[in-house]
Amino acid sequence: MSTRQFVALCLVPLAIFALTFLALPLVRLVLASGEGEAGWGIYWQILHTPRYLTTLVQTVLVSVSVTIAALAVSTTAGLFLTRNRFRGRAVLLSILTLPLAFPGVVVGFMIILLGGRQGLFNAIFPGHGVFAYSIFGLFLGYLYFSIPRVLLTVMAAAEKIDPALEEAARTLGAPSHRVLRDVLIPALAPALVAAGAIAFATAMGAFGTAFTLATNIDVLPMVIYTEFTLSANIAMAAALSVLLGIVTWGMLFLARSFSGSTIAAGG
Amino acid sequence: MRIGKALQLAVTLLAAAFLLVPTIQSVLAGVTVNYFQGIRSGLTLEWIAVVWELYASSIFLSLGIALACLCVTLVIGVPAAYALARSPGRLSRAVEEFISLPLAIPGLALALALLQLYGSYKGFRMSPAFILVGHVLYTLPFMVRSVQSVLAAIDLRTLEEGAATLGAGPVRRFFDVVVPNALPGILAGALTVVTLSIGEFNLTWMLHTPFLKTLPVGLADSYASMRLEIASAYTLIFFVMIVPLLLAMQWASARAQRMSQ
Amino acid sequence: MTLTLRNIAKTYPGGTRALLPTDLDIAEGEIVSLLGPSGCGKTTLLRIIAGLETADAGAEIRFKDDDITHQPVERRKVGMVFQSYALFPNMSVRGNIGYGLKMQGLPRAQIDARVDEVIALCRLEPYAGRAITALSGGQRQRVALARAFAPRPRLLLLDEPLSALDAALRGQLRDELAALLRQFGITAIFVTHDQDEAMAIADRVAVMSQGRVAQIGTPEALYRAPQTAFVARFVGNSMPLGGRIEGSQLHLPGGTLALTAPSDGKAAFVRAEDVRLAEHGPLTARVTAVTFLGTHYRIALSGATEDTLFCLHQGQSAPKPGETVRLAIAPQSILILSPEKAAA
Repeated sequence: MSTRQFVALCLVPLAIFALTFLALPLVRLVLASGEGEAGWGIYWQILHTPRYLTTLVQTVLVSVSVTIAALAVSTTAGLFLTRNRFRGRAVLLSILTLPLAFPGVVVGFMIILLGGRQGLFNAIFPGHGVFAYSIFGLFLGYLYFSIPRVLLTVMAAAEKIDPALEEAARTLGAPSHRVLRDVLIPALAPALVAAGAIAFATAMGAFGTAFTLATNIDVLPMVIYTEFTLSANIAMAAALSVLLGIVTWGMLFLARSFSGSTIAAGG
Repeated sequence: MRIGKALQLAVTLLAAAFLLVPTIQSVLAGVTVNYFQGIRSGLTLEWIAVVWELYASSIFLSLGIALACLCVTLVIGVPAAYALARSPGRLSRAVEEFISLPLAIPGLALALALLQLYGSYKGFRMSPAFILVGHVLYTLPFMVRSVQSVLAAIDLRTLEEGAATLGAGPVRRFFDVVVPNALPGILAGALTVVTLSIGEFNLTWMLHTPFLKTLPVGLADSYASMRLEIASAYTLIFFVMIVPLLLAMQWASARAQRMSQ
Repeated sequence: MTLTLRNIAKTYPGGTRALLPTDLDIAEGEIVSLLGPSGCGKTTLLRIIAGLETADAGAEIRFKDDDITHQPVERRKVGMVFQSYALFPNMSVRGNIGYGLKMQGLPRAQIDARVDEVIALCRLEPYAGRAITALSGGQRQRVALARAFAPRPRLLLLDEPLSALDAALRGQLRDELAALLRQFGITAIFVTHDQDEAMAIADRVAVMSQGRVAQIGTPEALYRAPQTAFVARFVGNSMPLGGRIEGSQLHLPGGTLALTAPSDGKAAFVRAEDVRLAEHGPLTARVTAVTFLGTHYRIALSGATEDTLFCLHQGQSAPKPGETVRLAIAPQSILILSPEKAAA
C-alpha cells in the first residue's frame, strides 16, 4: 500500500460517518422545512407571523444583552487575572472556568437556586426575590455560561500582548486609562469580536437553560421545541432550525476569521 | 489607579461569586435534611441514596455512552486528523469546517435533522446507538482538532520520512511514529470527549426515549418533578463526576498546547 | 559502479524545473558530496535517490544490477541522515538506533547486538538509554548517523548533516563525521552548501548550479582546474577580473597583465591569495580597507579592476587605507574560463 492510499484510507471512516449522520440529515432538514402547506414560502411566513417575529426579536435582544454583559465582566476579570499575580489566583480562575462543562439544564438549576421560590434572593428579600423564570432569569442563565467562554478567549489574547507595548505607552506619559484605551483594547479587539460572536451564537441556540427556565418565555429554541413536540408542525420547526443554524454558524464563522479558534462546549 | 484596580477586583470577585454561590447551594441542599429550614435541620446522605435508587441507570448509561463515544471518536478522529495534517490545503480546511458544523449549529437543530432522517427506523431510533450518534457528532470535532494541532506542531513529514528510510511502511509509521507523538493531543481530546459526552443535553433530550435517559436528561427530569433536595443531590453527583474530568481536561489541553509551541 | 543515475530530472507541478536531466556514477565505498547554493537542486537529487521524491519519467536509478527506480523508499535499503535529524521523540536513543533493524524483522538478540556495536562505533555509550530530548545537538547528529547506519544500508545519504549545529561545533564534528564515514567504509552521498565541509569529507565533489551538475571531481581538481566560472567562484573563491582580453594581454583600469596564451572572448579570474603586493608590479591600486586576520592581512583594493579586488597579504605590516600600491599577478595563476551567463 502506498502512502497516498493509506492517507486516503484514514479519511474513509470520517467520510462515511459525516455523510451518513451529518450531510444527509442536514439536507433532509432543509427539505423538510419546505414540505409544509406553505412550501418554501414558510420562510416568508416566519417574518410575517407576529409570534415568530417577536420570538426572533426577543431572542436576538436577550443574546445581544448577554453578549455585552459577558464582554464587560469577562474583559475586566480577564485583564485583572492576566496582569496580576496573587495568592488564590489559580482558584479564582478555576471557579470562573468551571461552568464550561455544565450542561444548560444545570445552569438553569443554578439560576433557580439563586432566584427561584426557594432561592437565595427570595430568602433574603422574601416576596421580592423570585426572578428565575422571567426574562431576567434567562439573561442571568445565559450570562452564567457565557462568562467562562469569553474569559478564556480574552485571557488567551491578553497573554499574547507584549508587555513592552504597555510599558512603552507609560514611558511616553500615558495614564492608565489611556493605556487601556490606546493600547490594550486595540490589541484585544479581534479577541473581543470573536468572544462576542461566540457568546451571541451560544445564547441564540441555548436550549437546556431555556428548557429549565423559559417555560413561559418565547425564545427561538423553545419555540422550535414546542412546534415540534406539541404542535407537530414539523415544517415550521425545521424552518426555524435552519434559520437558527445559519445565524449561529454565521456568527461563529465570523468569530473564527477573527481569532482562529473557538472555545468549547455545552450550553 | 488604586480605585481602578479595586474595581477590577470587585468585578472579578462578583463574577466568581455569581458562578460559585449556586454550586455551593446545590452541594449543601443535596446533603441537607430540609433545605427550607436550612443546615440546622441536619446533614444527611438520604437524598443521595434516593437519587441512586431513581437514577443509577441514567448514570451508568451516560458512562457507557461516554466510553463508546470515546472509542468511536478515537477510531474515526485520530486517523482523520492524521490525514488532514498530512495533506494541508483548501480541501482539508473544507472537510474540517464541515465536520465542525455540529459546534456551530444548535444541538436542537441537529437532533431534529437526525430525527427527520432516521426517526422512522424504530430499531435504531430506540437503541442507545441513536444517542451515541448524536454525541459522536458533537464531540468528534474536538478530537480531530486536538490531535491535528499537536500533529501540525511536530515535523510530521520528516519524522515519517525518517521511518520510511529505515524500512517502515505507511501502517507501521502510523502506529510507531504518528500515534505515539500525537499522544498528548489524543489524551486532551479523549478527556474533552468524555467530559462533553457526559454533560450533553441539547441533542440528547430530543434523541432519548423514555427507557434511555442519560444523566443530564435525568437531571432535567429531577428539576421538573422532584423536590429541591433530590434535584440538588443529583446535581452534586454530577459535579463529583464532571469537575475532576474538567480539571483533567484543562490540564491535558494546556499540556498539549505547551508541547505544540 | 555501485550507484548509477541516468537522466534524473524533476519538474514540479507548477512547471518549476528543480533538476535538469542529470547523470551520475558513484563507485563502491566512495564518498560524494553534492555542493551548491540553496535552490541548485542538490537536495532534490538526494531525495530522489532516497525515494522520498519521484523523478520525472525516463529516469533510471540502478544499484549494482538492481533497478530501484520505482521501489518505494521503505524497500530501498538506504540510510538517511536528515537535516533536522528526524529522530523519533517517542523512542530512546537505543529505540531510534534499533528501529530500522526491527523493521527488518530481526530477532531481539541480533538487534541488541548490532545496536551495541553501532553505539560503540559512534561512541554513544553514555547516552544509550537517554531520551532524544535530553541530547545536545552534536549528540543528536551522531544518533541520527548511527540510526541510519545500523540497518546496514547499501547507501548512506546525508542532507546537510551539520547545518543544524552552531559554528564552533560544526568544525569539530566535520572531521569526526569524515572519520566515521571512512571507518564505516560505506558508499555515501551528502548534500551541503559549505565548500569547506565538502572538501573535508568527500572523495569527489559534484558542484551543482541551477538544476545541473556544473563539474564533478576531486576537491583538488575542482580547486585547481575549475571548468566554469561558477565553480571557480563557488569552490575557489575566485574573483572575476573583468577588463578586456586582447590576444595574450588583459587590459584593466589599473594596468595591463600578461596571460599564458591568447584568450580572446574568455573571462579572467583570480584568487585573493594569488594577488601580490609588488613594488614594480604592472597594476596600480588604492587601498580602501585593511583587515588583520592573524596569519595574514586582507586588503581591499580599488582602481585596479572595475570591482573591488582583494589581496591576502602575509607579512609583518600592511599598507594603510588611502595609500597607492602596485600589484602583480602571475600569468599561470590567472584562470581563463568561458564568461558566466547572467545569473550563474
